[in-house]
Amino acid sequence: MNIVVLVKQVPDSGAERNLRTDDNTVDRASADNVINEMDEYAIEEALQIKERLGGEVTILTMGPQRATESIRKALSMGPDKAVHVLDDALHGTCAVATSKVLAAALRTLDPDLVLCGAESTDGRGQIMPHMLAERLGIAALTGARKLTIDGDQLTVERQTEEGYEVVTAAKPAVVSVWDTINEPRYPSFKNIMAAKKKPVQTLTLADLGIAADEVGFAGATSVVLEHSKRPARSAGRKVTDEGSGGQQLVEFLAAEKFV
Amino acid sequence: MAEVLVVVEATREFGVKKVTLELLTLARELGTPSAVVLGGPGAAAQLAEKLGEYGAQKIYAAESEEIDGYLVAPKAAVLADLVRRVQPAAVLLASSQEGKEIAGRLAVKLDNGILTDVSELAADGTATQVVFAGSVIVKAKVTRGLPLVTLRPNSVTPAPAPATATVEQVEVQVADSDKLVRVVERVAEQKSARPELTEASVVVSGGRGVGSAENFALVEELADLLGGAVGASRAAVDSGFYPHQFQVGQTGKTVAPQLYIALGISGAIQHRAGMQTSKTIVAVNKDSEAPIFELADFGVVGDLFKVVPQAIEEIRKRK
Ligand SMILES: Cc1cc2nc3c(=O)[nH]c(=O)nc-3n(C[C@H](O)[C@H](O)[C@H](O)COP(=O)(O)OP(=O)(O)OC[C@H]3O[C@@H](n4cnc5c(N)ncnc54)[C@H](O)[C@@H]3O)c2cc1C
Ligand SMILES: Nc1ncnc2c1ncn2[C@@H]1O[C@H](COP(=O)(O)O)[C@@H](O)[C@H]1O
Repeated sequence: MNIVVLVKQVPDSGAERNLRTDDNTVDRASADNVINEMDEYAIEEALQIKERLGGEVTILTMGPQRATESIRKALSMGPDKAVHVLDDALHGTCAVATSKVLAAALRTLDPDLVLCGAESTDGRGQIMPHMLAERLGIAALTGARKLTIDGDQLTVERQTEEGYEVVTAAKPAVVSVWDTINEPRYPSFKNIMAAKKKPVQTLTLADLGIAADEVGFAGATSVVLEHSKRPARSAGRKVTDEGSGGQQLVEFLAAEKFV
Repeated sequence: MAEVLVVVEATREFGVKKVTLELLTLARELGTPSAVVLGGPGAAAQLAEKLGEYGAQKIYAAESEEIDGYLVAPKAAVLADLVRRVQPAAVLLASSQEGKEIAGRLAVKLDNGILTDVSELAADGTATQVVFAGSVIVKAKVTRGLPLVTLRPNSVTPAPAPATATVEQVEVQVADSDKLVRVVERVAEQKSARPELTEASVVVSGGRGVGSAENFALVEELADLLGGAVGASRAAVDSGFYPHQFQVGQTGKTVAPQLYIALGISGAIQHRAGMQTSKTIVAVNKDSEAPIFELADFGVVGDLFKVVPQAIEEIRKRK
């Protein structure tokens, strides 16, 4: 099984994040950048499938130079190799154009299975898997909490608002995963060392046959006009329970007309 | 005025979702609302009255077994055809998993920009998004194609504006290439008549401090008394106290109710990401230093197993 895992580098959601004041893009320079958490679950799933069925696991990232840190980190979990789409013209690329670039890169890799996170912690779009499937003309099974593979057939259990659904499709397919699907492994010392020598291929836009004005700000289908800090909430009243905390709570709710 | 297409979301049990009524209310500011029902045979008839009540002038009924039987792609294909034919002023969907997925495919099909998780949309197409755990406000605009926007639930107050909606049946022909993912089974797990988490005007959430799955009955009891939904922190979900679909936060649901009550939740930044924009926040936590108090309008420092039962009793008394 030829598996490609999409890995996005994002600013750490546990720290303060911001947009750049000059061009309203995500500030990556001053942020702690990490692998999008859901993508680690996608990597783990890929490794487990490889362990069961054999094959190869390739990491695919589109992102700036510093994304190589995340690529090495991803490789240290155990994948075989990585592809990094890297081109200065990509700065400012919107989601629609990102899907064009990733789809082009996927075509060169011709995978049986594309695994990715259900959503990124910065964009929170949840749209990439379906956009890629649309471009590649393959199936998208999204939000998996369980994936089973039987020959060419993939079956996914996915959470919905009302419960869950079981959906099925033939390879090739894109499957996006939630953190309920598995428990990602910690990189072993051996794998951390090995990751340093694993091949990372860099692809430029020219390699993918995409013109510079199809991406970046020039090719963007949407624009951020401005951004501002949202005023932090201020703390209100705090009481210490000395026997009537519950009653005081209800008094507050009543004053606010909730009861 | 040009039509504004609103993609309808509904549940079998409760009919049209509140977020769809919000979308219709919003659509009236932008043009003439037309509701698009994408569902199985007979789906539109059950929803027509409610959609009209909130101002839908027209209902496009795209009904077929295949729309229900295959994931997302058929809906996006039908919607794309409709957009090409009607040339609407905007296309509005709910910021639910499916709403975003349909919108994503539509964006590719039409080579059109897309904005997700929008909380306000001005008549000129400028959208407001609150990003990065509620810390940054962004104004953005689609620059290629029409405004294609998914709206975060609880962003608009639904207001009725009765209209008599005419129903137009849309012919559905689903290509084989859109029938790649078959739905084998749909299992409903909603145990009660509680409102849906993202749509509820009151949410009562429990964290690790609740201690066990059994103890969540206390969280549920308070939620039910207030007519609210139940939520949980990731620590509570990871500990197996409550199912994953009720997780609030960065990697769970984003909620923006009128009232959010956090019980035994410390208020980590990733939890705040999902509840920061709630109107009123109340917290009960035994640790007076818990960060949740930094954003609570009212906080009780105390043991939730003492405070909550007393509050429940007090609410009962007042009823
Ligand atoms: C990438 C990433 C994504 C994440 N996404 C999410 C997410 O979507 N949602 C989320 O919630 N978290 C998320 N987290 C986890 C988050 O960082 C916290 O670990 C989590 O929110 C903690 O949950 P908690 O507040 O219930 O538990 P704790 O932090 O353990 O807090 C429990 C609280 O309960 C109080 N308490 C204990 N007993 C009592 C009692 N008897 N009465 C009153 N108070 C009591 C304690 O004082 C404490 O403050 C994410 C983390 C990462 C790294
Ligand atoms: N630039 C990127 N490079 C690699 N993978 C990406 C990129 N952007 C998004 N993805 C993948 O798509 C998933 C969903 O992203 P999103 O649609 O932004 O929520 C992520 O979890 C990643 O696996």
